Amino acid sequence: MTFRLRPVLTIAKRDLKSYFTSPMAYVIMSGFLFIMGFMFFSTLEYFNSSNMQAQQFGGKSMSLTDGIIRPLYGNMNVILLFICPAITMRLFAEERKNQTIQILMTAPITLDEMIVGKFLSAVFFVGTLMLATLVYPAILFFVGNPEIGPLFTCLLGTMLLASSLISMGVFFSATTESQIVAMILTLVTTLFFWLISWASYSAGPVWSDVLGHLSLINHFNNFGQGMIHSSDVIFFLSFIFLGLFLTHRVLDSYRWR
Amino acid sequence: MIQVSHLSKLYGPRRAIEDLNFDVKAGEIVGFLGPNGAGKSTTMKIITGFMPASEGTVTVGGHDVAKNPIAVKREIGYLPENPPLYMEMRVREYLEFAAKIHGVPNKNVKSAVDWALEKTHITDVAHRITGNLSKGYKQRVGIAQALVHRPKVLILDEPTVGLDPKQIIEIRELIKSLGGEHTIILSSHILPEVTATCGRIIVINRGRIAAEDTMDGLTLKLKKGIVFSVLVKDPRADGIEKVKSISGIHQVSTVGNKLVVQVKPDQGELRDQIAAAVVGSGMGLLELTAERVSLEEIFLQLTTEEERTA
Ligand SMILES: Nc1ncnc2c1ncn2[C@@H]1O[C@H](COP(=O)(O)OP(=O)(O)OP(=O)(O)O)[C@@H](O)[C@H]1O
Ligand SMILES: [Mg+2]
Repeated sequence: MTFRLRPVLTIAKRDLKSYFTSPMAYVIMSGFLFIMGFMFFSTLEYFNSSNMQAQQFGGKSMSLTDGIIRPLYGNMNVILLFICPAITMRLFAEERKNQTIQILMTAPITLDEMIVGKFLSAVFFVGTLMLATLVYPAILFFVGNPEIGPLFTCLLGTMLLASSLISMGVFFSATTESQIVAMILTLVTTLFFWLISWASYSAGPVWSDVLGHLSLINHFNNFGQGMIHSSDVIFFLSFIFLGLFLTHRVLDSYRWR
Repeated sequence: MIQVSHLSKLYGPRRAIEDLNFDVKAGEIVGFLGPNGAGKSTTMKIITGFMPASEGTVTVGGHDVAKNPIAVKREIGYLPENPPLYMEMRVREYLEFAAKIHGVPNKNVKSAVDWALEKTHITDVAHRITGNLSKGYKQRVGIAQALVHRPKVLILDEPTVGLDPKQIIEIRELIKSLGGEHTIILSSHILPEVTATCGRIIVINRGRIAAEDTMDGLTLKLKKGIVFSVLVKDPRADGIEKVKSISGIHQVSTVGNKLVVQVKPDQGELRDQIAAAVVGSGMGLLELTAERVSLEEIFLQLTTEEERTA
């Protein structure tokens, strides 16, 4: 089994470049930044007024981390849940539809290199979005003194979560020629893994543990608190691996058709 | 260079190709000729490693496609039925991508792309968006994509589809010029296409090889005995009798000062004997040519024969 970086990056770069020649990339980017900006300033507003109340009535005031950074990234995760399927839907579906997949499948590269290249192109894109949203925490550094640790873990957790969503999206994109079908299947599946913890409240003692453990968002909570647990990291990495592994199987059987 | 043995492919229950066997030597240009649905594209997809075979093996440059696909793919440039173009990319960008993904080192990418652009005469559209090009130009970009990494083997599925007559001639010349250095398989259901470019023709019909030979060989086989037309100065009766008396001659007829000499099947060429008889009888030999059957005829004959036996 060969795995080389050059073909991976060649594919990732081409995908990113192509994406930025389509309006889709700009629509998603501006939509994301707009909503994040709106959320940031409304959280800031709420934070200021509640801290003012706390000062007046002698309550405990919130830190910048608890009051702004954590809710900001919590909300970002929800938005990513909806945005990632739209980013990944075209990755393989479009190539299948236009038959450009033939140039990839007959080039001297492995399926793994191809899949990881596609995966990384989406991860880079989301990474760019997140870099752009760093302006908001940066503003906090001007006005106050937020902790850097939780900010870092929030970023890491969000990136892992987004990568999990992306790997599921890569998989569904490989199953169909229709981008819309790929997007809907991805959204339904990731939403299911998001909400699965709800079922755990009513399930029996053993199942509630299992279902809770499968929930994507549950594994973000520790990151939100500023903690990196290896179990969370392993969960996300397994989730990513599973998605990419299934993609490999699908593309392999696509050739047999 | 390419060995195909006992190759079969099933799409579900439907057999697309069955027990294909053939070899292609290094530097040869071989044409797949067959009607729609014959299995030409399927065979090519298997050779390029795009699709696995149901049975049988393909080796390219000594590597088995099923066991070592990467090694095989490194040797091959492939133009699929529909050129695999990224419509949003510019032509140069696209060819750079094709070169890189086929392992051309970064420092050689630019010169490789320039070379491919020039070979396919698309240098003047290098900066344009691929999706905006005409069909013929898209096809040429597809060919450039197959060439850009200078593969040892070129698999071209209907390379001149969609081109205008001038471009067709250009591309044929290009393909011929690439023979020798490259081993080429191309497919077509247009007969002049294969006659114009290929040294050897493999006629595929309903997933089987119906005939495999050079143009001359196919002609010979089909006619079951060749026909010579002999131009003479003076078609005398005793001379004609002399030609008739050569053993293996089936029939001689005259049209003006032309003798039409029909050789019996499996008698070889008899060209020398005929010439000697004509010269010896003092008729004065002006011209002696083997009459060719057009490939159209061959094709029709082969495929109808196939149907009769099926
Ligand atoms: N993906 C597929 N699924 C099912 N059957 C297929 C598939 N691809 C090809 N076939 C069938 O296999 C047979 C051979 O097809 P193929 O495309 O190889 O023919 P071809 O010689 O290239 O024809 P053409 O000249 O029209 O390009 C046809 O009967 C076709 O219907
Ligand atoms: Mg075909």
